[in-house]
Amino acid sequence: MTTGTQSRQTLSQHLKRLEAESIGIIREVAAEFRNPVMLYSIGKDSGVMLHLALKAFYPSKPPFPLLHIDTGWKFREMIRHRDWIAAHYGVRLLVHTNPEGVARGINPIASGSQLHTQVMKTEALKQALDKWEFDAAFGGARRDEEKSRAKERVFSFRSAGHVWDPRNQRPELWNLYNTRIAKGETIRVFPLSNWTELDIWQYTRAEQIPVVPLYFAAPRPVVERDGLLIMRDDDRMPLQAGEAEQVRVVRFRSLGCYPLSAAIESRAASLDDIIEEMLIARTSERSGRLIDSDEAASMEKKKREGYF
Amino acid sequence: MTAYAHDRVTVSSGGRGGPQKGLLRFLTCGSVDDGKSTLIGRLLYDTKLILEDQLAALKRDSRKHGTAGDDIDFALLVDGLEAEREQGITIDVAYRFFSTPRRAFIVADTPGHEQYTRNMATGASNSQAAVILIDARKGVLTQTRRHSYICSLLGIRHVVLAVNKIDLVDFSGERFHHIVGDYLGFAQALSFSSITPIPVSARYGDNVTTRSQRMCWYDGPTLIEHLEGLDASEGLDVKPFRFPVQWVNRPNLDFRGFSGTVASGAVRAGDRVVVAASGRETHVARIVTADGDLPEAHAGDAVTLTLSDEVDVARGDMLAEPQARPEVVDQFAAQVLWMIEEPMLPGRSYLMRIGTKFVPARVTSLKHKTDVNTLEHIAAKTLGLNEIGLCNLSTATPVAFDPYSENRETGSFVLIDRFTNATAGAGMIAFGLRRATNIHRQALLVDKTARTRLNGHRPAILWFTGLSGSGKSTIANIVERELHAHGAHTYMLDGDNVRHGLNRDLGFTDADRVENIRRVGEVARLFVDAGAIVLCSFISPFRAERRMVRELVDEGEFIEIHVDTPLEICKQRDPKGLYARALEGKIKNFTGIDSPYETPESPEIVVDTGEGSAEDAAARIVAALRARQIIA
Repeated sequence: MTTGTQSRQTLSQHLKRLEAESIGIIREVAAEFRNPVMLYSIGKDSGVMLHLALKAFYPSKPPFPLLHIDTGWKFREMIRHRDWIAAHYGVRLLVHTNPEGVARGINPIASGSQLHTQVMKTEALKQALDKWEFDAAFGGARRDEEKSRAKERVFSFRSAGHVWDPRNQRPELWNLYNTRIAKGETIRVFPLSNWTELDIWQYTRAEQIPVVPLYFAAPRPVVERDGLLIMRDDDRMPLQAGEAEQVRVVRFRSLGCYPLSAAIESRAASLDDIIEEMLIARTSERSGRLIDSDEAASMEKKKREGYF
Repeated sequence: MTAYAHDRVTVSSGGRGGPQKGLLRFLTCGSVDDGKSTLIGRLLYDTKLILEDQLAALKRDSRKHGTAGDDIDFALLVDGLEAEREQGITIDVAYRFFSTPRRAFIVADTPGHEQYTRNMATGASNSQAAVILIDARKGVLTQTRRHSYICSLLGIRHVVLAVNKIDLVDFSGERFHHIVGDYLGFAQALSFSSITPIPVSARYGDNVTTRSQRMCWYDGPTLIEHLEGLDASEGLDVKPFRFPVQWVNRPNLDFRGFSGTVASGAVRAGDRVVVAASGRETHVARIVTADGDLPEAHAGDAVTLTLSDEVDVARGDMLAEPQARPEVVDQFAAQVLWMIEEPMLPGRSYLMRIGTKFVPARVTSLKHKTDVNTLEHIAAKTLGLNEIGLCNLSTATPVAFDPYSENRETGSFVLIDRFTNATAGAGMIAFGLRRATNIHRQALLVDKTARTRLNGHRPAILWFTGLSGSGKSTIANIVERELHAHGAHTYMLDGDNVRHGLNRDLGFTDADRVENIRRVGEVARLFVDAGAIVLCSFISPFRAERRMVRELVDEGEFIEIHVDTPLEICKQRDPKGLYARALEGKIKNFTGIDSPYETPESPEIVVDTGEGSAEDAAARIVAALRARQIIA
């Protein structure tokens, strides 16, 4: 972790303010909840969120563990990064995979992205929250990502069964968050609500936060499928007729299960390059996410069911 | 992990990468068809925030749901939730992000419908400025007044009056000036420090980000120019230091820090600070952050303070500047906006969140509610959903605050329903109530002990409870006569008599009965404070009410006297003919007939007039008072 006054000098007023707001939110959860957990998805947003948590409680350690919902289909580099991060920062890492989904042989290729996401992410998350009886869970979602996220609260109330009812959300005034819940109810907390993708990268650069190398351009084996570039991270993904693996210089703007995460052709090999590229980008970050285009309003549907 | 290595670079401030001016949070409000969502969509589009894949989806959606013919319907981009797209309205607060080379913005898009006043207030609570839309064809509407009032109430000081759809009135300057004149006339009563009218067409982009060529009569800024240059700082930095303690940071026995965000002002290591509630003073030893200790911290900074003394500080406390302390009281007046279906009831206990503190609170009285359309004050007993009223509130323990008009950070609170945990109300504190302030701050030179010494007897409340016709008033009268003869200072509070004066505004609903006893209890307490023996004769059938009065005075000062005359005897006596009428069903909720009497569990004195005369009962009570050394 980067420390010392040097890094402060490089933070703009804007990022300093976002940082302080997020730290305030993270501390609030530690103060008010019995058993919180931080969802750690290994991506750039999770990286920033964890970094903020480490800062929020200094010189104490964050008083909660990390939780990774492992679908079994993450890029291998992501898993390596995850385990290194946990060891590097000395934080407790919990990993959960839906055993029923594994038994049923659910996977993103044969089962389709929708069923795979439902069983291996949404259901798995609910199982994990129930198993460890967490009453609050941090997520790295941002309001600028997607339309239904733009209306999400910072403290998002979930009734028993983890249901999100967009019509029955608590109004959030000032920074006076209502943290009260009854037994069985939970709260999802989004400390990065007011960050944009550009903020995330600029902060990552200023604070020198480690990120998965997949974000940086490099020659990688990909296949072109439905106009998208998919990286074959292992041989569980069979080639279809007429497809050929080719090596191209690509990177990822958003990371998930490898068969569902499309790469972009890019020469951005450093954080500076990524930020420069973003400033001229003409597509949104989630455009490479195959799960979002399943159907109209698909994110809202998934969120109602308990997806983050 | 060399894979992560990269050169440190300096983030440039300014240019495309980093905005120069601080983030501006503003909200847009207007009535249903004024074109709010279109305006925001236009801002996003013109600032290149709409990307290719989003634009493709937008074009697809525009054909399916749009109302702009073959043009892009920008509103569809903004109206996030499925149901809204179908109904064509915005029903919740959505937050949008965009930036220009000069500034980053967060827009709260809030709905125009009356039933969603609470969402508008939510958006306004975190905004520094408001863009109020007016349809140039319609001019200032009732909704315009409502939105302006809510913005003003929530402390917004800078307003842009965006007169939209100016294309539909032929870009008429005359029309524009007429609307502006109307608006300024109305807005004088509100507390805005700047009002900037701008004629725009959100649909075609005139004066949004690009100067219109079709309104040569207008030489003011475009909307985006104005927002880029707006100085909307609330001056929190120069206000007195306030630090609500959020979390006690205790990694080991050698470190005890208090984490939180500076609400206002600044603090330096070595500064004197005071714990607001206890008045205990100490010094700030260190300002700790993960990036090293800071020499000083300012409003908005999230830091951890260590103090030079072992003082008692916990989450919910506030550290403050000793020379400019916040008020610390348990009673204050506040504007309350009600946000749930279940009405706000004076007397009911809610959970208040103020700063980092949670404290039980109740509304003691609703002074009036405000008609948000006319700003008229209306007398009311309750507040319904989306209603706003000026209330007196009382908290279980004193809280530290500043008036909302002076400090939005420390003058706001929310009320939470204690059963459903819903966020029920939002409050903005107007002022502390003087009586509460005095009790905590002013030691009286002549107190109860001094008066007691002069009187030669101790003060007490003699609370006569029992069924109607049990003989309470008869006995109380005789007791007072005897005490008076002994030279005691006495006063009689009788149920029928107070209803002719003090409580003549109260009826017989449950809420009114509770209020009746509460007032009698408070009056009795004043008599006790004055050193008198006050005799209260009330049926008071419920234990909760009697306990409430008991808790108002010191131990030993409340003497509960149960006049335990059997119901059958009371019915036979029936001095006022009430039992007969109740039995015929002509009086509802009559104690002993169709409403219960909760027998006192451990009264100080029990008398039964079924077994002896009222004179005998009175004599026994006087003897008991002597035994308790109330009188000599």
